[in-house]
Amino acid sequence: MKPDSRFELLEPDVPHVAVHFAGQSYRLPEGANLAAALLAAGVKVFGRTAQRGVGRAPFCMMGACFDCLVEVDGESRQACLMQVREGMDIRRSGQAQEGPYEAR
Amino acid sequence: MKRVDLAVIGAGPAGMAAATEAAGAGLRVLLLDEQRSAGGQVFRNVDAASEVRDKVLGQDFVVGRKLTMGLAHRDITHVTGASVWSIEDRVVRFVTGDEAQEVCAEHVLLATGALERAMPVPGWTLPGVMTAGAAQIMLKEAGIATRDAVLVGSGPLLYLVAVQLLRAGYPPRALVETQTRGDMRGALIHWRAALRGWRYLQRGAAMLNELRNAGIARFVGAREVTLLGRRRVEAVHFRCGGTVHELASDTVLLHHGVVPNVQAARAVGVPHRWNNRQHAFVPEVDRWGRTPVEGIWIAGDGAGIGGAQVAEQSGRIAGWAIAQALGGITLEERNARALPLISKRAIELSIRSFLERAYPPYEAALVPEDEATVCRCEEVSAQEIRAAATSGCTGPDQLKAFTRAGMGRCQGRFCGLTVTRLMAEERGVDPDEVGYFRIRPPIKPVSLGALAALHDPNDPLEQVGGHD
Repeated sequence: MKPDSRFELLEPDVPHVAVHFAGQSYRLPEGANLAAALLAAGVKVFGRTAQRGVGRAPFCMMGACFDCLVEVDGESRQACLMQVREGMDIRRSGQAQEGPYEAR
Repeated sequence: MKRVDLAVIGAGPAGMAAATEAAGAGLRVLLLDEQRSAGGQVFRNVDAASEVRDKVLGQDFVVGRKLTMGLAHRDITHVTGASVWSIEDRVVRFVTGDEAQEVCAEHVLLATGALERAMPVPGWTLPGVMTAGAAQIMLKEAGIATRDAVLVGSGPLLYLVAVQLLRAGYPPRALVETQTRGDMRGALIHWRAALRGWRYLQRGAAMLNELRNAGIARFVGAREVTLLGRRRVEAVHFRCGGTVHELASDTVLLHHGVVPNVQAARAVGVPHRWNNRQHAFVPEVDRWGRTPVEGIWIAGDGAGIGGAQVAEQSGRIAGWAIAQALGGITLEERNARALPLISKRAIELSIRSFLERAYPPYEAALVPEDEATVCRCEEVSAQEIRAAATSGCTGPDQLKAFTRAGMGRCQGRFCGLTVTRLMAEERGVDPDEVGYFRIRPPIKPVSLGALAALHDPNDPLEQVGGHD
């Protein structure tokens, strides 16, 4: 099934491998940029901010903003600086719960 | 510790050209770059790109392969996936994945390029909002196109990304452009510069034509830009002429120029000055790329924005200058090679004064309105920063204690310039007087495990001055 995503693979016929993200399994193009591949697979929120717990997703894609931060196999990493490997266990960074959206 | 003649940080056009020239002059060069392949952001992943990507990205992208080819030299060691986190006393420390390494370099060339200028309009932190450059990087790096995007801001890159998405088969919904027709008229005063850069202008006109033919809506002179949404972006609100618009969109790409990425230069203590035309701090370098800090050089956009071609020229010039400093070539050889290129570079740079005026940054994002988040990481608003400045906080470093702005994971990369501008405005002084965050290593995250692995119990220096 086509994921609900605004990001389209121009070369879809590449080998895909299974990874886990936030408890769900996804099939992503092997060797592709991890942040881009997750976005194309329909992932919307990569982490939640430390203060307000609001969602964040890749912003700069060049290793500067850290909004794509995730936990990969237990290590805090910038998804935009990694490539997709079979069996990666990826979790969201930051707060486990969303919100509160009100001011602190 | 491993020793090299030259460590180059960054494998974009400046870094690649410098490494190639320095190795050609007999230097042992270590090229460190965060990405998996050479190219920098402008030629990101250029060697791996496919037929489809080449077609979408165009000839200006494909030419990058000439530069990556130069790296196949036995005296160039290119380490990919390497994040440099410290440069001190000629020791360059970096991590690759979770492994830490260090190397001693006679000279260090910072070729760290540019960052997209932060565009703190209300709502810019929402998921679904990214930079236009990020969308372009996804095309280059992964062959992934962004569908139904609304592009917001100003500058040639905005048009380029729009055209590339169009060619990829995913035309953007609209361009919301913050420059005004008056800006273009003002820029035409620099017609000499514009004439010299007629190739760029021709290319720009062709891009606009392509967008027009595809029926893509353009709103020029947009003001009061606000991104609306709760959990992710849902609409772009703005005023254009007398009309208020609200375009429904869950994908917004921002861009209003690029600024030098000075994180490493700041961390090694290179002095910086505010540049009024670039609306950014620019490091002090001479025409060879030499900084006032012994052994530290800077080339490319990191030394002031000039674009890919200028970066390549500056890289070659610095490569020769460093080779001469180490005796690889004579002063006469250096001059014979570099002086003609320095003249060419000046011509190339002259077009910039035209572009800077025709496509200025969006003023309301340089000095953002109160409700806009300035520090993305620690979620600090412009209002909080203004309040701190009026209650006696004098500079960016003190502001950290007041608000935590700049203390998050990006280490001020996306709020630093805005913080300086806001404080300068509140205090009624120049940005130079306000200054910038003090940047200290580690400038990229390094795990404690990786740090501990660097420790050498047999190193006599580690015995001195230690605590009991």
